[in-house]
Amino acid sequence: MNRWLSRSYLTLVYLLLYVPILVLVVFSFNDARTGYEWGGLSLRWYHALFGNRAMVQAMWNSLWLALSAATVSTLIGVLTALALHRYRFRGKQLLNSMLFIVMMSPEIVLAISLLALFLLVGIQLGYFSLLLAHVTFCLPFVVITVMARLSGFDERLPEAARDLGASDFTMTRTVLIPAIMPALLAGWLLGFTLSLDDVVVSTFVGGPGYEILPLRIYSMVRVGLKPEVNALGTLLLVFSLFMLMLSQWILIRSKR
Amino acid sequence: MRMASGLQQPFRNAVLILVWSWLLLLVLVPNLLVIAASVMTRDAGSFLSLPLTLDAYRQLLNPLYLEVFLQSLYMAVMTTLVCLLIGYPFAWSLSLMGPRARILLIFLLIVPFWTNSLVRTYALKLILATNGLLNQGLMNLGLINEPLRLLYTEGAVIIGLVYLLLPFMILPLYSVFEDLRKELLMASHDLGAGPLATFVHVIIPLTLPGILAGVMLVLLPAMGLFFVPDILGGSRNLLVGNVIKNQFLDARNWPFGAAASIFLTLAMAFLMFAHRLSKRRIGEEGA
Repeated sequence: MNRWLSRSYLTLVYLLLYVPILVLVVFSFNDARTGYEWGGLSLRWYHALFGNRAMVQAMWNSLWLALSAATVSTLIGVLTALALHRYRFRGKQLLNSMLFIVMMSPEIVLAISLLALFLLVGIQLGYFSLLLAHVTFCLPFVVITVMARLSGFDERLPEAARDLGASDFTMTRTVLIPAIMPALLAGWLLGFTLSLDDVVVSTFVGGPGYEILPLRIYSMVRVGLKPEVNALGTLLLVFSLFMLMLSQWILIRSKR
Repeated sequence: MRMASGLQQPFRNAVLILVWSWLLLLVLVPNLLVIAASVMTRDAGSFLSLPLTLDAYRQLLNPLYLEVFLQSLYMAVMTTLVCLLIGYPFAWSLSLMGPRARILLIFLLIVPFWTNSLVRTYALKLILATNGLLNQGLMNLGLINEPLRLLYTEGAVIIGLVYLLLPFMILPLYSVFEDLRKELLMASHDLGAGPLATFVHVIIPLTLPGILAGVMLVLLPAMGLFFVPDILGGSRNLLVGNVIKNQFLDARNWPFGAAASIFLTLAMAFLMFAHRLSKRRIGEEGA
């Protein structure tokens, strides 16, 4: 392919990807009421955002949910990845395929199956149901991130630890966990972001008692334009950019 | 690998029990429930009741819903095609860049993936609205006299879906282009094939697993992302996702919602199967 052509094509697509995001950021500082014209620089929408108590509450709820979902899915995911990597056991292939299917299935399929379960078992829709659902869809991503790291791992290290008399538990704690730490952190950050971003699953398994950010935004943007959403979107953008850079930094630094 | 013995056994067992029970209770059982729900009768009080019936599936074939399904399929196929048309040359161009530039460009590609999809859909609304930026720009340039109706159209929904799903098409394509050996292209050239013949007979078959993986990652979500038509398409039932959501959450017609969701699952199984098959074929031909 022509070098010049391929470069200008890449530039064009990146422009298209980033223009809406830039527009959002610029408009979040717009003083105009209507949302389409430019009325000068202002922080009014940020003030409006933080003056809205329900909104602030939803932010805290979302953060807390993402923190706990990322932590639980990282715990289970790391242990699962270790088991898949280190042990041979019956049903290993099945376990692998199940995780793959969870990752590939359309979110809405997962969402209604979980709603059916929660209503049948009588789990009230709220924080706990959201937590269970979010951990379930984050889990495969954590497992994959950690597995990728483990596949490049020197197999002689755990053997050496064992020969030196370490039990499996001690070996895991002193050899394996430090080795997979970067992948563990990257998996945690990915889980955190997935949880914070989720709309589809949360629409089904969330309850009125525990309002989270995506659902609040959803109800706001369905009708018309709400300039507060520009401000909120900009904050979320900066936040996820920070998380992404952190995770890349951890991964790149660990490779040196 | 050494088999577990002594102290290892309890640790191993504890981990396996934990992950298996999680997957059984929160993946297998719920899906069985959905299958069960799809063959039961709708009930106003407790959502579901006996007798067993295939009414929900029959309802899927009802012309009204069949139309929604076809419409949803059409939107998803269009989205996938647009993603493929943009993403294929994009991934190819990306694979030709230097190694350092590639890292940065891939990073730039996944930044949107980490950003809230609802907020990004909303950002498109700012651009596409009747007095939005695109119409303002076109009017200022004198290209149009009155604003075009862009928002609340099928086109707007497809633009929104493409915008959200494009990285999922590009990333698998990029990984096959990265593995594409340049010698094969040269060999094709030496054997007298023109650029078009090389593209059709060498490049397309070798990148087929990437194409299918991308199609799988775009086509299915494109049928389910109900919030995109809600925000950009007015409130019509444009996607299967909207139908499932309305039937489950608003109309409380569980059997029908469940049957529609099983339809999506079957579509996924079919695509996964096709993807495996194509990978195996390439493996055989390569060997």
